[in-house]
Amino acid sequence: MKLLTLNFLTCAIKTCKTSEASFPLHPRDAELEIVETDLNLPFLKNILPRLMWEEIRTIASELGLPDLPTTAPTREDLVENNAEVQASLQNQTAESAEPAVEEIPSQTAKDLHRILLETCIKDGKLVCGNCAHEYKVMEGVANFLLPGHLV
Amino acid sequence: MPEYLVRLVQVHESFRKAELEALAELAGVDISFVHYLEDSPFAIVSLPSDHAATTVVSRSILSQGIYEFWGRGSTYDELHESVKTRSSSKWKQYEMTPFRFVVDGYRGARSQTEQREIINSFSYLAFKGPIRMRNPDETFSVFEDYDDKADKPKALYFGRFIAGSGREAKTTYDLKKRHYISTTSMDAELALLTANMALAAPGRLFYDPFMGTGGFPVACAHFGAVVCGSDIDGRSIRGTGGSARKGQTGKMDVQGNFKQYGLEPRYLGAFVADLTNSPLRTVQTRDDSTYDGYLDGIVCDPPYGIREGLKVLGSRDQLNETERATHLDRFRDEGYIPPKRAYSFTAILDDVLEFAAATLVVGGRLSMWMPTANDEDVELAIPTHGCLELVSVGVQPFNKWSRRLLTYRKVPRSQAQMVEGGRLGTARNPYEKGVKADDLNDFRRKYFQGFKELEKLRNETNETTGGNS
Repeated sequence: MKLLTLNFLTCAIKTCKTSEASFPLHPRDAELEIVETDLNLPFLKNILPRLMWEEIRTIASELGLPDLPTTAPTREDLVENNAEVQASLQNQTAESAEPAVEEIPSQTAKDLHRILLETCIKDGKLVCGNCAHEYKVMEGVANFLLPGHLV
Repeated sequence: MPEYLVRLVQVHESFRKAELEALAELAGVDISFVHYLEDSPFAIVSLPSDHAATTVVSRSILSQGIYEFWGRGSTYDELHESVKTRSSSKWKQYEMTPFRFVVDGYRGARSQTEQREIINSFSYLAFKGPIRMRNPDETFSVFEDYDDKADKPKALYFGRFIAGSGREAKTTYDLKKRHYISTTSMDAELALLTANMALAAPGRLFYDPFMGTGGFPVACAHFGAVVCGSDIDGRSIRGTGGSARKGQTGKMDVQGNFKQYGLEPRYLGAFVADLTNSPLRTVQTRDDSTYDGYLDGIVCDPPYGIREGLKVLGSRDQLNETERATHLDRFRDEGYIPPKRAYSFTAILDDVLEFAAATLVVGGRLSMWMPTANDEDVELAIPTHGCLELVSVGVQPFNKWSRRLLTYRKVPRSQAQMVEGGRLGTARNPYEKGVKADDLNDFRRKYFQGFKELEKLRNETNETTGGNS
């Protein structure tokens, strides 16, 4: 499972949902794997405001990944912003309405892509910070089915 | 606005208009229907430009192409008259262009000689460019619409080809060629249509809570969305439940399907979960600041309880103290299987709506299939939710039952409607009560009773014919 999914997952137990401690789930004994994929800039831009930045930083540090900046990047931070690109963009708007040069993802975008969409939890556990219930991850698929006494 | 002729396909008629409207919304353009008949594959729409027409139709599953509308009539005389009045200003533009003519008949065909005569009757267009049957710069099409078994067409159309549709995806994603499917996989055409209705597009995040072998997420990924899914049965995701295809061996899983179509980069992953105890974070729709969710779309085909059981977590009866203690004792053991119970079908539909309201972004869509019996006494009411506005309902009829594709849009908080009791939620009707699947699912009960009736009828006919021979 890609780390981005942890941005949306909390404890499945209903009584935990109201507690702030149930989000994010904490990876434990996690075996990580890097699966390289193409960088999807429109997706990163779209998803950026929906990221719970503090929580993602927590997860990244718990997994021993490189530190993320303290404040969340903005959409502008995701594209290369050098003078050359700016100039060519301006030229284009003068000539035609449709941009011919693609936006270039910045290092920030690449780092974010690496952590959220290329880093996967292959095996391990996800633990609720509130009730300490453990959800197993096997072959990259997390299991959130609750045992009989917790439903 | 200029008018265009859309060559539709004559299947799933009740979805055709809704699909084009959805695609126009996605493209951010206005579409209006000038001429549309349920029993005809020719529709006339107005759209702002050729570019808009291309954008809208190039993704469409239920059309074949879009044409600049040059004229129509019920006879060739009328058609020529119409072409002369409507489009004579455009002729000059194509005078020297390499071109070809095509005659396309619906429920009728013309011989080569007849086709040539028809094409020659357009000689007044005075095109002098070379005729190229392969790779022409422009294609002009004559469309004939016949009544069933009629020898003369009832309506004729003429247009200049603008763009083809996205219908070839139906062949690419054909279930027959998919590595991994299950008994209840949705056929590719309808799965792609569902993705169109939900406005799956590049950059967007889509989710299917009943993914099975991932047919809907694959369809959404085809249109560029990044997708994830879940299912209560982990075997269907991991592919350890055996293949639905006779004689197939080897590891087949959802991941493999994405790989087959080269869509792996858009597959976020899947997890095992029950919608009624979902681990996905939900937002408080009551509160302004947290109203907006994070999913751009939800597509699903909940289990009807016929071929695929409708189960949620929990036990039939309340667990007693000893049973609870046993579960507590054993749940960490290898091979522990959480208990599941049958669940009310109307309740799960409401749960899906509740979930959608609490996870979709404003403007995000939910496209959900729902079965219903054709005889009206078990017609299931279309579920409603204060935060969700019903956009369209399409029907796929079968012999004794039909299923509907319901598409909803999450409205801004200011437009959300309170339901009875002043809540912002589903207008919960009383659910079926009981513990058995039959008690909990009217549709299921009716479905199996229906077969009984059919069988009785068949037996009776057999007896009579048996007596005669």
